[in-house]
Amino acid sequence: MLKLVLNRLGLGVLTLFAASVLIFIGTEILPGDLASAILQNTATPETLAKMRLDLGLDRPAYLRFFQWLFGALHGDFGLSLANGRDVLEEIAPRFANTMFLATYAAIVAVPLAIGLGLLAAIRQGGFFDRLVNVVTLMTISVPEYFLAYLLIKYVAVDLGWFPSLASVSSDTPFLDRLYITFLPMLTLVLVIVAHMMRMTRASVLSVMASPYIEMAILKGLKNSRIVVRHALPNALAPIIAVVALNLAYLIVGVVVVETVFVYPGLGQLMVDEVSKHDVPVVQACGLIFAATFILLNMIADILGILSNPRLRHPR
Amino acid sequence: MRILGHKLTVTAQIGIAIVVINLFVALFAPLIAPFDQATPVGDAWADPSAQHWLGLDNLGRDLLSRLIYGARMSIGLSLIITALSFLIGVITGFSAAVIGGWVDQLLSRIVDLLLSMPTLIFAFVILSVLGSALPVLIVTIAILDSTKVFRLARSVAVTIVSLEFVEAARLRGEGWWWVVTREVLPNAIPPLTAEFGLRFCFTFLFIAALSFLGLGVQPPDADWGSMVKDYRDMINFGSAAPLYPAGAIAILTIGVNFVVDWMLAIHSRGQGEGA
Amino acid sequence: MSDTPDTKRDDHIVLDIQGMRVVVRTDAGHGPVLVDDVSLQLRRGEVIGLIGESGAGKSTIGLATMGYTRRDCHIVGGQIIFGDTDIRAITLEERRALRGPKIAYIAQSAAASFNPAHTLMEQVCEAAVRHGVMKPAEARSAAVALFRELDLPSPDTIGSRYPHQVSGGQLQRVMAAMAMVAKPDILIFDEPTTALDVTTQVECLAAFRKLIREHGTAALYITHDLAVVAQIADRIMVLRHGKMVEFGDSRQILQDPKEDYTRRLVRERIAGHQFTPQAEESEAPILQVDHVSASYPRKPRVIDDVSLAVRKGDTVAVVGESGSGKSTLARVITGLLPREAGDVRFDGESLPPRLKDRSIDQLRRAQMIYQMPDVALNPQHTLLETIGRPVAFYFRRSREEVRTRVVELLRQMDLPEHFITRKTSELSGGQKQRVSIARALAAEPELIICDEVTSALDQLVGEEILRLLKKLQDELGVAYLFITHDLGTVKRIANKVVVMLQGKVVASGETKAVFAPPYHPYTELLLSSVPEMRPEWLDEVLARRAAGAAATAALLRAP
Repeated sequence: MLKLVLNRLGLGVLTLFAASVLIFIGTEILPGDLASAILQNTATPETLAKMRLDLGLDRPAYLRFFQWLFGALHGDFGLSLANGRDVLEEIAPRFANTMFLATYAAIVAVPLAIGLGLLAAIRQGGFFDRLVNVVTLMTISVPEYFLAYLLIKYVAVDLGWFPSLASVSSDTPFLDRLYITFLPMLTLVLVIVAHMMRMTRASVLSVMASPYIEMAILKGLKNSRIVVRHALPNALAPIIAVVALNLAYLIVGVVVVETVFVYPGLGQLMVDEVSKHDVPVVQACGLIFAATFILLNMIADILGILSNPRLRHPR
Repeated sequence: MRILGHKLTVTAQIGIAIVVINLFVALFAPLIAPFDQATPVGDAWADPSAQHWLGLDNLGRDLLSRLIYGARMSIGLSLIITALSFLIGVITGFSAAVIGGWVDQLLSRIVDLLLSMPTLIFAFVILSVLGSALPVLIVTIAILDSTKVFRLARSVAVTIVSLEFVEAARLRGEGWWWVVTREVLPNAIPPLTAEFGLRFCFTFLFIAALSFLGLGVQPPDADWGSMVKDYRDMINFGSAAPLYPAGAIAILTIGVNFVVDWMLAIHSRGQGEGA
Repeated sequence: MSDTPDTKRDDHIVLDIQGMRVVVRTDAGHGPVLVDDVSLQLRRGEVIGLIGESGAGKSTIGLATMGYTRRDCHIVGGQIIFGDTDIRAITLEERRALRGPKIAYIAQSAAASFNPAHTLMEQVCEAAVRHGVMKPAEARSAAVALFRELDLPSPDTIGSRYPHQVSGGQLQRVMAAMAMVAKPDILIFDEPTTALDVTTQVECLAAFRKLIREHGTAALYITHDLAVVAQIADRIMVLRHGKMVEFGDSRQILQDPKEDYTRRLVRERIAGHQFTPQAEESEAPILQVDHVSASYPRKPRVIDDVSLAVRKGDTVAVVGESGSGKSTLARVITGLLPREAGDVRFDGESLPPRLKDRSIDQLRRAQMIYQMPDVALNPQHTLLETIGRPVAFYFRRSREEVRTRVVELLRQMDLPEHFITRKTSELSGGQKQRVSIARALAAEPELIICDEVTSALDQLVGEEILRLLKKLQDELGVAYLFITHDLGTVKRIANKVVVMLQGKVVASGETKAVFAPPYHPYTELLLSSVPEMRPEWLDEVLARRAAGAAATAALLRAP
């Protein structure tokens, strides 16, 4: 089993490396001439030449790649093309904000989702189950900005309970933060709770179709015990996978939510900088998002391996 | 009511109705829309009236008509991308399962790698430097999405390939193409159809999200996502304008999901106590 | 009839079923009737065997006795009186309370019925403890005592293992212990030895019988094997399509069956013990396997130095238990698994080890028929497509000619001509197997490899298939390589036999010779493990085993 875990770790590192290669290719190789891609309409022969020099385009691609990667591992992502400041300095506070929002949402969503999912599985076919099924099917279908704007219009603007813009700064006190970011957190929670709850329910029900569950029924055990003691341990692996998957999704969904609520996080930064063709910032944001995503997936896989009883107690 | 011998639930009926209406609107937009989508017909942000059911937008254009034309762009684009992604994913997925060996290993590793990276971020990165012309958009998203189709197609095919009738075909001396099209494909249609629905939803939402963030469909073309983006500021003045296109997106996705959910439920039966 | 001491069996009726009726009901409407007006009375200490082919309703009866039915099934008629309570009249909660302490179930597949996430001891004691019948410590010591009674290895520690760490036969006995811990009044055995090898089956049967006798529990023993039920049941009920055909004392049913169906079942079983008449000898072998060895990647050898020959018109049976390598042999001969050593020659020509290196004609001349009819045919294809494809593929005939040939083959298989447009998924198991045979014949082969072709079929249906195969051999002169684990079939159909154990051939030659003394020890073990219809059989085998216990154990362990 240890071998499997190490295997997975190695794979994770490899994936991260591949992601960085792809990001680099995507931003610097694909457009052909990077300088004109950045300068677009404002390009003149002189500005193009200067830009090429600044970017170090006279050096071969693989060299540039390793220099970039090396720098990134040390926290040096270069300077922003838009305002000349150090990229890491720009990004750090934004990253902290995004992490705060994501963690806030995760802490609320995960226990809620698993609890609801288990409850729906125990009362399968009942009114509660069918209602929850339909509601979550609807929630996962809608785009985040729909939910977000719905909340803004009716809760923030019409009712005035929460602010419609989530503007925080580095010295906003903790409790105020929780209040200001409540709506964006709620939006994220609504989406991922639905996903995780459905998958928890589906995993538990799928395990419930196993023969050893029929055996448990024939032993006369209570339904709640069957679900919790017999089904859940075997459903853990897929549930963990789904939770991790959704946490990884949070990283991506946060981009849209930040944009709607104008929240100063990494996602919003990336959106802004993309339209300015600020390549170093886009690269850095891309790399950080990808790394977090890959890390979470890897943890999910490893936890899945650890929770498989056949692997924990080999013959 | 029944289709092909299976009973339709309430939600499935609602879903089918939604899908049919949307397809109809998308196909016949020019005949249905009361006004042109690009011509201003009044003051900006005029309130809803008998003539303009949803009011006018930021440039004085009829919101309802824009919504109707937007259906074409949103649905049409998503269908093209899903079809392309499906084509790529199914052919590669089936081939990997049937040919096996190093071809399967190679393709699976590449796909695993691509899948472990966040699609939105990737699309972002690529589109930010390549620009969002429609062909670029279509090809980029189709390729990224085909990885998910590959996974499903391959796993469906692997299950079918493990059944003896495929081995029987191999023993006969049948070639790879025959096995894929005549042995595997006919048995793979139910799960593939459900997956098509899911992929469509995902692509549809994805395009809309990209447009909302400014990287998807570019003006003067308009899809529902970019409409949400254009109208977003109005929400602070109490107008529900961005909710209309966002709501349209939501409704169609819900409809398709209802239908897919019903299809998947037919194919899996759980266990429980009888009377 | 097992000689149960009369002190253990009294007239106290523990279970009284009257007119039980179970039907299938889905959203689509009413389905088939699974159990139709079945009645029986089970007395304390008695064992009633429920016997029948698949679809007879025996499992359904067993489960319904506990007040449980599978999805879409409903008990719609009759009374099921347990003690003083009618199980149909009480609530689900009350029914639940009965399961475990009063009525316990032993399932067909122990491997599937144990939760892989918990230890054996936890699961064995669970019912007794949760129902409040015993305290945890009490339950544990009762469990260990039962393990010992059931002759399980390391009874004190086996409970701390997980299900996947224990073998199939042992797991089945642990399941029996699990059922017995709470000392129920009734045990329901649902085909508990069907999935086991013949040699393991003997141990389990002996263990179950001992358990029932020592605790004086009443039992319903469900099986499709008449010989097995003869060892353990006092009375036997024969079921068919949900209806009771005959019900009486074991000895009477076995020796003097009254009903026609029962007679056919009994005769079937006995017929399995007669030898096939000698076939004509012809000189050149159509298939020659010389010192072939093979293994799966990175695994030890599955087949080691195997040789055999099949001549024109021969039926050579390859017999062995699971792990013997017989199915792998078929894969090596056809080229699906390339051989590592040795030679396979067809009609004198050496066949390339790999399937894809062989010519189309080489592939045509040897065909294969599979065990499971449901997966051997493409469910989406019609009979015309299934049977017609080899004709079109190998002989390049026109559409008309293909159709004519398919009709001809259907007639040979005794299948109606109008089936030609039906999809294979619409056929029954026996019909599908006929289609498989037709498909093989469509290629006009000289050799057909039959891989356990009757194992998944009911006894009587299987018998028809065997008769069909024999008839075809007589008409067409095709040779068979018949892979099976069932010795009765071997005696019925094969003139030559090859016995395999753990990848090696331990005996081969004419069937009559191999199955007559002096035997190779393993052959003797196999032959003696096949249950016979005499109720004394089990005692005899156990006595013989005890005498040669060490030798038997060594035999099964040594490579």
